[in-house]
Amino acid sequence: MPNWPILSVITFLPLVGALLIMLCVRGEGKLQEKAAQQIALWVSLATFVISLLTLKYFDPANTGFQLVENLVWIPAYKIAYIKGVDGISVWFVIISTFLTPICVLSAIGGVHKRVKEFMIALLLLESMMVGVFTSLDFVLFYLFFEGILIPMFLIIGIWGGEKRTYAAYKFFLYTFLGSVLMLVAIFAMVQHVGTTDMRAMIGAGFPKEMAVWLWLAFFASFAVKTPMWPFHTWLPYAHVEAPTAGSVILAGVLLKMGGYGFIRIAVQMLPEASVKFAPLVIGLSLIAIIYTSLVALAQSDMKKLIAYSSVAHMGYVTLGIFSFNQPGLDGAMMVMLSHTFVSAALFLCVGVVYDRLHTRDIARYGGMAHNMPKYALVFMLFMLASVGLPGTSGFVGEFLSMQGAYLANSWYAFIAATGVVLGAAYMLWLYRRLFYGDLTKDDVRAMPDLNAREYAMFLPLLALVLWIGIYPAPFRNVFAPTAEKILSDTLKLAGGSHG
Amino acid sequence: MDNLHSLMIVLPEVSLAALGLLLLLVGLVNRSNTTHVVSALTVLSFIITAATLISPHRLSFLMGGTAPVFAFGTMFVDDTLARFIKLLILAASALSVFLSGGYLENHKIARPEYPVLILFATLGMMLMVSASDMIALYVGLELQSLALYVLAAFQRDDAKSSESGLKYFVLGALSSGLLLYGISLLYGYAGTTDFVKLSFVFKDAAPHTIGLTIGLVFVTAALAFKVSAVPFHMWTPDVYEGAPTPVAAFFASAPKMAALVLFLRLLREPFMPLAMEWQQIVVFIAVASMLLGSFAGLAQKSVKRLMAYSSIANVGYALSALAIMNKDGLSAMLIYLAIYFVNTLGAFGVIISLRKQGQQVEAIEDFAGIAKKNPLLALAMTVFMFSLAGVPPLAGFFGKYFIFLAAVKAGMVPLAVIAVVTSVVAAFYYLRLIKVMYFDESKQIIDACPCFGVRATVTLAALYMIIFTVWPQPIIDGAIAAISGFIRG
Repeated sequence: MPNWPILSVITFLPLVGALLIMLCVRGEGKLQEKAAQQIALWVSLATFVISLLTLKYFDPANTGFQLVENLVWIPAYKIAYIKGVDGISVWFVIISTFLTPICVLSAIGGVHKRVKEFMIALLLLESMMVGVFTSLDFVLFYLFFEGILIPMFLIIGIWGGEKRTYAAYKFFLYTFLGSVLMLVAIFAMVQHVGTTDMRAMIGAGFPKEMAVWLWLAFFASFAVKTPMWPFHTWLPYAHVEAPTAGSVILAGVLLKMGGYGFIRIAVQMLPEASVKFAPLVIGLSLIAIIYTSLVALAQSDMKKLIAYSSVAHMGYVTLGIFSFNQPGLDGAMMVMLSHTFVSAALFLCVGVVYDRLHTRDIARYGGMAHNMPKYALVFMLFMLASVGLPGTSGFVGEFLSMQGAYLANSWYAFIAATGVVLGAAYMLWLYRRLFYGDLTKDDVRAMPDLNAREYAMFLPLLALVLWIGIYPAPFRNVFAPTAEKILSDTLKLAGGSHG
Repeated sequence: MDNLHSLMIVLPEVSLAALGLLLLLVGLVNRSNTTHVVSALTVLSFIITAATLISPHRLSFLMGGTAPVFAFGTMFVDDTLARFIKLLILAASALSVFLSGGYLENHKIARPEYPVLILFATLGMMLMVSASDMIALYVGLELQSLALYVLAAFQRDDAKSSESGLKYFVLGALSSGLLLYGISLLYGYAGTTDFVKLSFVFKDAAPHTIGLTIGLVFVTAALAFKVSAVPFHMWTPDVYEGAPTPVAAFFASAPKMAALVLFLRLLREPFMPLAMEWQQIVVFIAVASMLLGSFAGLAQKSVKRLMAYSSIANVGYALSALAIMNKDGLSAMLIYLAIYFVNTLGAFGVIISLRKQGQQVEAIEDFAGIAKKNPLLALAMTVFMFSLAGVPPLAGFFGKYFIFLAAVKAGMVPLAVIAVVTSVVAAFYYLRLIKVMYFDESKQIIDACPCFGVRATVTLAALYMIIFTVWPQPIIDGAIAAISGFIRG
């Protein structure tokens, strides 16, 4: 245990950076923009380095919450400032701090108006994301969970594409409606348990009928966030209209808040109801996997295609979680980790050509393998990881998740595996349309290959994707004992009939 | 009870009244720059009154501790609830005076009567929240209302302002009539106007004496008018739109708080035995206000009308807290008010600062693109709007959080669900202002007035929205203490 509040530091360091930009960088101009970018980059890098220390202090064998900080906040209502991580959340903290500097790098090339404000919004976003995954008090958790809407709404609305207003509204109102229902559920739980401490909620045990309503309220929130079919319709708009950095954060971290919420709250706090509703969630997940893969096949917009593929991948996550067995839960975690890097990388790949040609229309490209071979190689590796080729990170998660589904019911695995085939179809077809064929268009021919800044974005992602694919053990070892404990507790509380 | 003791109890009100009369004289004597001087002195009077109110000397002389003390028989009561809300009212009035300076000069209506009218309205509110007798209640309410009618029509060369004043006066007089009629019915059946005695009468009376019930309904309706709750809200958008903007800001803050606390005292003290009767009325007007305030706001084009509907919705939330009527609900309501008045004054402050070729900006469209030229004002407005929408981590979220929590705790889950859903609907129009400011391109030049008072108020209010999250304890503890002293046992 370190003797300094490491989790608070990584939560609020980006906030300090945002304030620094706000207060110190005055006026407009190239110089000020540069300064804002530099501050954002170094602050987010520093946050990432410090966040790696949590892994050092973290003891995987301990399945409880670690690095816990507990401060008085609103004693009259028994609300406290409690932070801590367990094997599940520690990874989400790291991916949040890992992706932010990459987003800053991407924004340095891709965002040209109101640069200062964009950097502030990005750092605010990082603060909130880390806050969500490290909060152990329900009010604090909700504060960050909802607070994310503010910077994200502005990022989509100010720096987005043509239909940005519609997309920003849809994003905000959808998620806001989901979250306020969750808020009512939180009230009911607080009322029942008598404290807002999330650790006390785990294992508190709620009356059967109440648990059903609570579960449905949380489901409303997390199903929108994840997103699950049929609550996913905000996602394609938000992704398409958001600037590249916004899409990366959205796909890389914000969607994971749904999966995290399902594990931490639905499964851990309401085990009985979760087991009861598992067929519903699995059904929706399977529909999502098949349906959104088919929809992805029909897209002519690159970002929309990847957005739909995200919905399909999140289907594997919920499928794995609600299979209620060890491979399933491990698989869900691995899919989330892998999807973070792969989808972030794919959106960055789209951003690379979008910055050059300012269109996301697939038909406008073609034959890029000739003039941008390095870009073609990078794109191919991430594309294959998204498909789930063995040796890449995508394979590990999908394999485990499907194994879990198979153990629950072989038909689940059958349908999920069909989705993998469809996934390969749309991704390979996308690749064919973008990179193969003749290089007929002049403006496409004129595009330069990757530059140093873009390498700096892709190389860490590529290394991670291959590392997880070839040797996933170090990643799995961190969360496996916790996942095992969660699973056994859940099944014990739910009556042990499943699994 | 001797007169000295009584005088000590009403000392804050007496000193405020005396200072107000003095300020009227100052307004007459001094010729140049009078309004500034009188405004500053008005704020100073508020500070003096607040200091008197909570001065340890006065409190130790009263020896009441947290128990209520009565003056002039049982006409007037001083208790923790009254002290807490009076502080908020004085703060809201002082901020309203701050907000007015630049506007009045710009519209050439800077007269020394203006701050003095605010002062007398404030005095009326202080009497209202301390009334412990129907007669005292009526006197306080009328003192407040008469000052407010004049304030609404203060821009007398402007047809809209005059219309707003007249409308407010006619409807206000009607509601006062209702109130008096209700009071006379209550007196006819109960034989007293004293709150404490009334509650004994209600306890003993057969539960469904029809005359008492009708009297109760009349009084409730009149108060619903004063807090602009649905279905007695019609005057609000028109009056807000027509009245000078700082006056609308004042309307949305201090009188709302005073009337809500008066409502609270009335329901909780004399009418408590009739809780079964009035609770359904209050729940109904709360739900109706939340629904109408949220949905009708969607279609507004004028930012002042938008704020009017926003205030109706917000009164709905406060009334839901009132309907819960236990300690949790009432302290949640006080916390809510303590956040709401700053929030709304701040938002009005931004509206007051924006000008297009010297004219006030009224249409929502005119906010287009102000984020470019006035980034700080736009940022402040964003904070206020997100806070009004109840988005964490801003203060507005906590205001709603405690009310909804109390509702769920009291088993009123449907009320809580309606409240959260309407807050999502209302979020739509709050977001629209942000959208217009940040996403749209500006079509005209909008300037911000350099008035110090407005800027300071906006900055303070925006900081308050953020600081509350970090350090909410003083307000929360104060509200809980106020309610604990009010509801003993």
